[in-house]
Amino acid sequence: MTTEFQLPAETELETIDINVNVGPQHPATHGVFRMVLTVDGELVKDLDPVIGYMHRGNEKLPENCDYRQIIGYHDRTDYLAQFNTEHCFVEAVEKLGGIEVPERPQYIRVILAELNRIASHFMFLGAFGTDLGLPGTSFMYAFREREVIQDFFEEITGERMMYNYFRPGGVAWDVPENFRDRCRQVVKSVRTGIDDIDSLMMESEIVLARCRGLGTMSTEQAINWGISGPMLRATGLAHDIRRAEPYSIYDRFDFEIPTGSRGDVWDRLVVRLEETRQSLRIVEQALDGLPEGPLMAEGMKRILRIPAGEVYMRVESPRGEYGVYVISNGSDKPWRHKVRGASFVNLSPLRELSIGHYVADVILILGSIDIVLCEVDR
Amino acid sequence: MTLSFVSDNAWLDALVRMGVVGIILPLGVIMLTVIERKVIGRLQMRLGPMRVGPHGLLQGFADTIKLLTKEDLRPQSADRWTFELAPFAIVVPVIMTAVAVPFTSDIFVSSLPLGLFYIMATSGLGIVGFVMAGWGSDNKYALIGGVRAAAQLISYEIPLIMSVLAVAMIAQSLDLSAIVAGQADTPNIAYLPLAFLIFTIAGVAELYRQPFDIPVAESEVVGGPSVEYSGIRWSMFQMGEFVSMVLISILGSLIFFGGWNLPASWFTDDVPVAAQVAQMLVKTSFFILFFMWMRGSMPRLRIDQLMAYCWQFLLPLSFLQIIINGLVLVYDWPNITLTILSGAAAAAAVYLTYRAVRTSGVRYRPAASGQRVGSVL
Repeated sequence: MTTEFQLPAETELETIDINVNVGPQHPATHGVFRMVLTVDGELVKDLDPVIGYMHRGNEKLPENCDYRQIIGYHDRTDYLAQFNTEHCFVEAVEKLGGIEVPERPQYIRVILAELNRIASHFMFLGAFGTDLGLPGTSFMYAFREREVIQDFFEEITGERMMYNYFRPGGVAWDVPENFRDRCRQVVKSVRTGIDDIDSLMMESEIVLARCRGLGTMSTEQAINWGISGPMLRATGLAHDIRRAEPYSIYDRFDFEIPTGSRGDVWDRLVVRLEETRQSLRIVEQALDGLPEGPLMAEGMKRILRIPAGEVYMRVESPRGEYGVYVISNGSDKPWRHKVRGASFVNLSPLRELSIGHYVADVILILGSIDIVLCEVDR
Repeated sequence: MTLSFVSDNAWLDALVRMGVVGIILPLGVIMLTVIERKVIGRLQMRLGPMRVGPHGLLQGFADTIKLLTKEDLRPQSADRWTFELAPFAIVVPVIMTAVAVPFTSDIFVSSLPLGLFYIMATSGLGIVGFVMAGWGSDNKYALIGGVRAAAQLISYEIPLIMSVLAVAMIAQSLDLSAIVAGQADTPNIAYLPLAFLIFTIAGVAELYRQPFDIPVAESEVVGGPSVEYSGIRWSMFQMGEFVSMVLISILGSLIFFGGWNLPASWFTDDVPVAAQVAQMLVKTSFFILFFMWMRGSMPRLRIDQLMAYCWQFLLPLSFLQIIINGLVLVYDWPNITLTILSGAAAAAAVYLTYRAVRTSGVRYRPAASGQRVGSVL
């Protein structure tokens, strides 16, 4: 991607570039993200991203909370992938404390995390369709199945958004008795939903014409920029932390890692759509293997004291590598608590990807990164 | 061209006809906003508005009251007269067009011998209003939207006029009544499928609706030229949009679908008024529902793709249609030749569009590489 800009034609007229402020209140910025575009007509010559409107101290606040209280902060860090982020934190605490988690909560965690991944990708596909100009049709298609998933989560956790269900050592309480049947219903419903979105967006010539070859990045560039998740896989590298560094019980499941070839917006779309199908496969396998048994590790105390030490735990969240770095000094609170947000890192090459494109394309490139501003600003 | 529809007094007659336009059009717009929300709601597995009136059918009236009572805001830095006059510059040409469009053989305000020419001329004037609104608002989104509108609407005027011209060549007249009368046996769409294709595409672009809603793109320029308007002035934009939609629909039914004649004219020479109204309603609704369907299911093109599609694709094809027409007229070939040639060209056009996107991929070149217009072909 060259960042040089050429004037399109010789012209006698004196022209000036204008700055267009997109955000923080703009339909296409997916939250309170702001970018200042320098445009020459329709072409973007410069882009200045401004973040921080959503900063709430989500990394510092947990240092005054005990380990059970921190889980809620991870719900609020990435509010579209709550189970994935909770999973990361409890795994980090278990790794540091050497806690052996029983089988049943492990399976429940994987099922819920994978369904949450599907819900998050649905959110992306719906919002991306709106960026493309569909007046909410893709949103409604995606939200129909997302509602099914959220209703299911509500039955289990009592919450629709901030679940706060995983605990270091297990899960908070058992799933309902009809869990398996309900989950199979959800899987069936979601499968038709994926096909609907597939035919709505992927078979449209206009989507193809808009997305193909737009915002390309090579695997090398992606690695240099620290990109992870579907954006990295869209460039052709089959890197998935569930496979590369299996945590929890992901090494037991059979699933494929969808990859793209060019690393453009179209590939990111395809990779995310295909990932939802693979997540369904994992959910089905986990449902078959779901054992009975205890829900909490042996000898867990109400106030958890973790031995002194430090740990970095990373999981594959829908947006990429979500990491938690915890230093414990032996008390009931972490001495240091740091979060690596995938969307923050994925957002960083936005300027390089956008310069030289049309205004309408910059909106698509931003949309294809799939940012969650709470995770970017923390 | 009788004026005795209402009264023998020509003045009273004209007044009543004008009054009908003045009342029917706003009422129609109010109902169309509701119908569009219902149709798109159904496409999205929603019910649409359901609260005001039975099945939400009075929602449009509630919205009208809301818009009428809203504060009419003007940004302090706006160019005052440009800003305040722009909505009228959009609505007035549209109403002027409506004056010359006949609905049935007797329901019209004025039937002009050069009606088609007049309609094309006045409907193009609305662009001025968009540019005025874009400039006068002193808002960068509005400015970008206004410039986009100017580029898009002027470009698509040409294929639209060419396709209409093809019809005029076949009908040997610019009088809409004569064009309809000439289709008593066969609608023009049977002779000119290519012109119909071009007319529909260019018509959607003229209405700046999906997939050509680039000037008002919600996710990019947040409504475009109308972004700073509120209340009654904003509803002028809405009214201009919907009345244009109705007019393009009526025009399409008149010049391609045989207007008020077909299919009743197959059975009787003198089609009763009720049948004329019913046939026109069905044909116009077909166009309107088609536009709404497109809006609910189509994403948006990019401005350069849109312009390239017009100049590199639709314009040559519309010239091709004119040439075919000319050959058929000069050498006096049978009409079936016209159907075959135009149909083949239309099939080729559809295939080319499909192939351009699907196979070989879109030749998308980032503008920074020196390529100004990313071609879709």
